[in-house]
Amino acid sequence: MDMRAQPRQRMKLVMVGNGMAGVRTLEELLKLAPDLYDITVFGAEPHPNYNRILLSPVLAGEQTLEQIVLNDWAWYADNGVALHAGFEVTEVDRVKRLVHARHASGETLSAPYDRLILATGSKPFILPIPGKELKGVLAYRDIADTQAMIDAAAKYRHAVVIGGGLLGLEAANGLMKRGMRVSVVHAAPWLMERQLDDVAGGLLLQSLQSRGMNFLIGAQTQALVGGEDGRVKAVRFMDGREVPADLVVMAVGIRPNTALAEAMKLHVERGIVVSDTLQTVTDPRIYAVGECAAHRGIAYGLVAPLFEQGKVLATHLAEFGIGRYTGSLTSTKLKVTGIDLFSAGQFMGGEGTDEIVMSDPGGGVYKKLVIRDDKLVGACLYGDTVDGSWYFKLLREGRSVADIRDKLMFGESNIGDTGHEGHHNAAAMPDAAEVCGCNGVSKGAICQAIKDKGLFTLDEVRRHTKASASCGSCTGLVEQILMATAGGDYSAAPKLKALCGCTEHGHQAVRDAIRDRKYLSTAEVFAGLGWRTPNGCATCRPAVNYYLISTWPKEARDDPQSRFINERCHANIQKDGTYSVIPRMWGGETTAAELRRIADVVDKYRIPTVKVTGGQRIDLLGVKKEDLQSVWTDLAMPSGHAYAKALRTVKTCVGSEWCRMGTQDSTQMGKDLERAMWRMYAPHKVKFAVSGCPRNCAEAGIKDVGIIGVDSGWEMVIAGNGGIKTEVAQFLVKLKTAEEVLEYTGAFMQLYRLEGWYLERTVHYVARVGIDHVRRRILDDAEGRKALWAQLQAALDGEPDPWFEHEKAALDTRQFIPIEPTAVEGSAA
Amino acid sequence: MSLPAPWTPVCRVEDIPVLGSRTVRRPVGLDVAVFRNAEGGVFALLDRCPHKGGPLSQGIVFDQRVACPLHNWTIGLADGCAQAPDEGCTPRFAVRVADGLVHLDAGELATHATDLTRPVAGPPTRRRESA
Repeated sequence: MDMRAQPRQRMKLVMVGNGMAGVRTLEELLKLAPDLYDITVFGAEPHPNYNRILLSPVLAGEQTLEQIVLNDWAWYADNGVALHAGFEVTEVDRVKRLVHARHASGETLSAPYDRLILATGSKPFILPIPGKELKGVLAYRDIADTQAMIDAAAKYRHAVVIGGGLLGLEAANGLMKRGMRVSVVHAAPWLMERQLDDVAGGLLLQSLQSRGMNFLIGAQTQALVGGEDGRVKAVRFMDGREVPADLVVMAVGIRPNTALAEAMKLHVERGIVVSDTLQTVTDPRIYAVGECAAHRGIAYGLVAPLFEQGKVLATHLAEFGIGRYTGSLTSTKLKVTGIDLFSAGQFMGGEGTDEIVMSDPGGGVYKKLVIRDDKLVGACLYGDTVDGSWYFKLLREGRSVADIRDKLMFGESNIGDTGHEGHHNAAAMPDAAEVCGCNGVSKGAICQAIKDKGLFTLDEVRRHTKASASCGSCTGLVEQILMATAGGDYSAAPKLKALCGCTEHGHQAVRDAIRDRKYLSTAEVFAGLGWRTPNGCATCRPAVNYYLISTWPKEARDDPQSRFINERCHANIQKDGTYSVIPRMWGGETTAAELRRIADVVDKYRIPTVKVTGGQRIDLLGVKKEDLQSVWTDLAMPSGHAYAKALRTVKTCVGSEWCRMGTQDSTQMGKDLERAMWRMYAPHKVKFAVSGCPRNCAEAGIKDVGIIGVDSGWEMVIAGNGGIKTEVAQFLVKLKTAEEVLEYTGAFMQLYRLEGWYLERTVHYVARVGIDHVRRRILDDAEGRKALWAQLQAALDGEPDPWFEHEKAALDTRQFIPIEPTAVEGSAA
Repeated sequence: MSLPAPWTPVCRVEDIPVLGSRTVRRPVGLDVAVFRNAEGGVFALLDRCPHKGGPLSQGIVFDQRVACPLHNWTIGLADGCAQAPDEGCTPRFAVRVADGLVHLDAGELATHATDLTRPVAGPPTRRRESA
């Protein structure tokens, strides 16, 4: 018991059901408001909360019951939660607000509530056929069913599983592994018809048959035949056939468990009908969460959406009154060791859709992608599922795949270089193998964290291990490991990704609101959009600040305290807390005078490292913060903005001025571009390059904007990237004059500044909106292009160089002066 | 009026930017970072992240926390501890504000956590010098 002083009487919270969704809700609630409620939980099973998804590995003998417990008895005691396990709730009196429950032993209990959560889960559907009550006839839902199956496998030989869906096949696989001869009866024309198309279903059938499983496809069960001992002995079909059976498992589907809710006269339609806050529509004191709840007509059966619901419900119970659950998209994987399948969306295709299919039956690989209006709307993968998460992401985002359509089938690793060394099967990787190259995380470390910390979602694995948290290219592998270790239902995700934990709004919604409602400060945005935190966090503040100053230049006030340190002190922080300084060298050209000044600065401030950068500039590394202002003054060169989400370098080749091959004056073009667009803040860093001939010595093909001189003018390529994934820039247009190059480049930059999400490089921005969108805005709409270019010039007009115009750049120079306490007499400078 | 010993005045509250920080030099040991949040609360921590020694004074301050500029660990300003699932704490310093003056404890300034250092960067010759 919590013995701390209680300022007011605690409210009483009662939960009916002790399963994954409900207990997760309590965990979230206890994090937010540990002292708000006295919590009582009734659970019909005589166990603490366990991971129901992992019953299949338990049945298959790959894990034990102890291993799948999520919250042990001590957890309930430690958190002051009164658990009545083994008590079935028989009645809820909504007028007196009393819950009545009964134990199998006959003992009864009652508990009053101020608020009630119904988390009753679902019930297996039992076919209404003769013999369904015989001994040896089971559903597959809980620990008792699983234990009964394990016991039967030790004594009997013949098992029949009715239902060739996800659950049925997992049950059949487990029983087979325990030595039984297993037949699967399936009424539909192919296996897992709700998750797979006919071809993938056929491959799955072959694979399971080769393991020794028998199938009766299309068979209609008529009755279960009992023996003299009252135990089932056979299954009889409509066509008169009989199959011997000592154990029959019914796995023909589950239904939300709503019997109690119906008796309570709550509105039930498919499930207990709830609003976006998980409140029942009938009684505001009562909430429903998990498989028993019907949200916008859908009762979800996978873990991730249910946890999402739990999180939202917890915020309401904690009286924060924030958060809405708006539904989830889900995908499916099968937990049968050695069989990889994945499906999501409209995998069956249909009117108005195209299908891209790759089929290699001999190799056991089949992939089908369904496309409508240039968008991926469904996927069905068998045998090789590493790209499942990537397809799922494309599906969820609903972005155009027109530009990558020809490469779509070959997966993410064929779009640029994703750098996970060609690994695509996590199960085959040894524990010591590195999964995440960015953060140095091995497969073993990820498995360990998932088991030890009870992780379920990709986000949780990222937070705890940092695996796939940086470049994200190993996301597919991490998800495979998560599936194998924690169970397969992880991959469903909210439809819309919030900007950060401070808000439910995504990047686009925030951008739109700033534009439409003309917000001019972070405070207005936070108030207007109902931010959950008083002043945001290190993720949302820089994003919102950028959206403000890019949408309302000269009107919105830049807030230095909302910028990352590099943009606050206009230098690049290093691992020891010193800074690096890169002055601007227009087009990569310098002079003897500049070089002398640089050399003098290096000597005077004892700068330890001088390095020539990849962007044709000079980097001074190891400058103390208090020296920065003097270094800038002594250099007397403009800021290179190498520290900022802004235009950095414009790399050039020598071009026609000197080069015997050069066809265009690339150096001058580069200098003109740089002078026109320096000081330009953007969603992320921006790099240009200009080459004077198609030999392309300035490597323009991997820059945000690349300009390549040809005999008749200039070719413009956009959205290249030389970073984590090398992405070759895409051809946009061929231009005749230098003026045109400035106009088209400026217009594209302004479009990116206005539409790009914070920290989205041009390659990702263009991938999201589609190159066709950029073509329409920049090539087809001449007026619009000129207007964008004019907008950018107006925004940049009079922008300060922060190294020299401190006040105009809102530079707080106090940061460069450390406080010496001995010198303080009433005030510090 | 400043407070009696051992309290040492270091600056005025308004010398610290709102949602920002200043660093206080010490004769021995790393700087102390003094933070100010939106509600006017003043906090003092050793200017060193428990993760890889980053200067917390340079981080973005929000609510009652600061995000380390090196790897974005979030450190509580009141307790100096990393937000779960990250683990580790940085030493705290006692702070008192009187008449708008921020005071630190002279004894702590002189001796508290003076053994902790920052990572060394740069070429091997430089590393040897500072070792």
